[in-house]
Amino acid sequence: MIFGYSFGDLGSILAMQGFAGLILFSVYVLMALGLAVIFGQMGVINMAHGEFMILGAYVTYLCSHLFTAYLPGLFAIYFFVAVLLAFAAAFALGLLVEWAMIRHLYRRPLDTLLATWGLSLVLQQLYRSIFGAREVGVELPDWMMGSQHLTDTIEVPINGLLVMGLTTIITIGVFLLIYRSNWGKRIRAVMQNRTMAAAVGIDTEFVDRVTFGVGCGIAGVAGSAFTMIGSTSPTAGQLYIVDTFLVVVFGGAASLLGTIASAFSISQTQSTIEFFLSGSMAKVLTLLAVVGILMLRPQGLFVLKVRR
Amino acid sequence: MLDVAKLKVSYGQSEVLHDLDLAVAANEIVAVMGRNGMGKTTLMKALMGIVPAAGGTVALGGADITALPTYQRVARGIAYVPQGRMIFPAMTVAENIETGLFVHGGARAPDYLYELFPVLLEMKSRRGGNLSGGQQQQLAIARALATQPKVLLLDEPTEGIQPSIIRDLARTLRRIRDERGLSILVSEQVLSFALDIADRVLVIENGRIVHEDARAALDEAKVARYLSV
Repeated sequence: MIFGYSFGDLGSILAMQGFAGLILFSVYVLMALGLAVIFGQMGVINMAHGEFMILGAYVTYLCSHLFTAYLPGLFAIYFFVAVLLAFAAAFALGLLVEWAMIRHLYRRPLDTLLATWGLSLVLQQLYRSIFGAREVGVELPDWMMGSQHLTDTIEVPINGLLVMGLTTIITIGVFLLIYRSNWGKRIRAVMQNRTMAAAVGIDTEFVDRVTFGVGCGIAGVAGSAFTMIGSTSPTAGQLYIVDTFLVVVFGGAASLLGTIASAFSISQTQSTIEFFLSGSMAKVLTLLAVVGILMLRPQGLFVLKVRR
Repeated sequence: MLDVAKLKVSYGQSEVLHDLDLAVAANEIVAVMGRNGMGKTTLMKALMGIVPAAGGTVALGGADITALPTYQRVARGIAYVPQGRMIFPAMTVAENIETGLFVHGGARAPDYLYELFPVLLEMKSRRGGNLSGGQQQQLAIARALATQPKVLLLDEPTEGIQPSIIRDLARTLRRIRDERGLSILVSEQVLSFALDIADRVLVIENGRIVHEDARAALDEAKVARYLSV
């Protein structure tokens, strides 16, 4: 007996909290993948990343309502349409922001921090004006509700499984995009040496714009996934931005594999400790562990060993 | 092939290149000699559009490219091997070369690049950053050649490379010129290397061309005097 639970109970708790952690992990991974592209590859500190996520969440919310009102027959599949639209909306806003603001700030990381923080405030107020300050939630079609009973004491929610599937697909997609495609070669060349990339004939401004857009688009998808675990409010993104930076820095800024490993360890630690202690204690312990590990490995978990 | 007329370049208020005139004929190798700080690298960067020209024109095959951004100049047929090589350290050798293919399309590096530099074929899947200096230099040249240039610019290619490799490099550059029929402009401090490859030698001092000789008529002692500190 530990904490008054039997070992059987403890096993179930660990499994279910582990699964809850996996859903949190999915949102972290989606958020962090976008940020790993923008911060890790491009070196832009995007404080508005959470607001791009919330844009995706609001798009999902709108979709759920529009489908209920006008296309009730297709309501069962609205979530997939919402994911695509969330990506498109965040991608488009990302292109606009890059063109209007970020491209003037590439060699000035501190200025991007302030500018994008300002942008996040603007976006928050915009959401507040349009959608109201109250939290909103989405309606789920019947087949996405409920849960799968594995044993008497362990059950896993279906929408969680869906979010995890989505995350897996996006992660593989991002990996292929960056490491296997010609477009990825352009991105990596520009990020490693912008001047030299131009001197081998790559249109660096165009690459920057699309890369930033893709990073934001992935955040939009994270927003769709987010509607499964939390309710959407104008400031909900802010709660995630620090965690997301934590994930990216902890994983090693330029490594996608590191990002995934660090999202996994942070979300699992948090979710398991949360059950036994309180949410804020879980956060404190996670942060302490991360600080400790970063003191031993300042470059993060995964580093490319290469002469510079 | 490459015609530079009255090129002026300034960093802020200080003018670094003053009304510089320079021409490289088709199939010609020209070496620009000069001590540190005389404007060699600035000249190269200005030709690539990495630093803006404050006046004058740069023309490639008769077409004015002065106002074009760097990547469009590459598409017109000018390629650059910078000082310090500047390969992409975290990308593999093959990927480094393939970055040069985007301007003209194509997914695989042409075989002649690996014939020119067999060592790159051996190292194909190593990361560029893990190569030795000489290997990186060959990689930087291969990457530049992948853009199918008409004019190749090399900025101090011998810097930090061991003598035996320098001799190979000279032979390879001449071979590239003969086989691919391109023009080469190389900036250099090592006189023996310049004499080895160049058809014509220019001396740059304080942003002006102060001396010019065909290799056959070159007054070695005079050029050496310009280079001594």
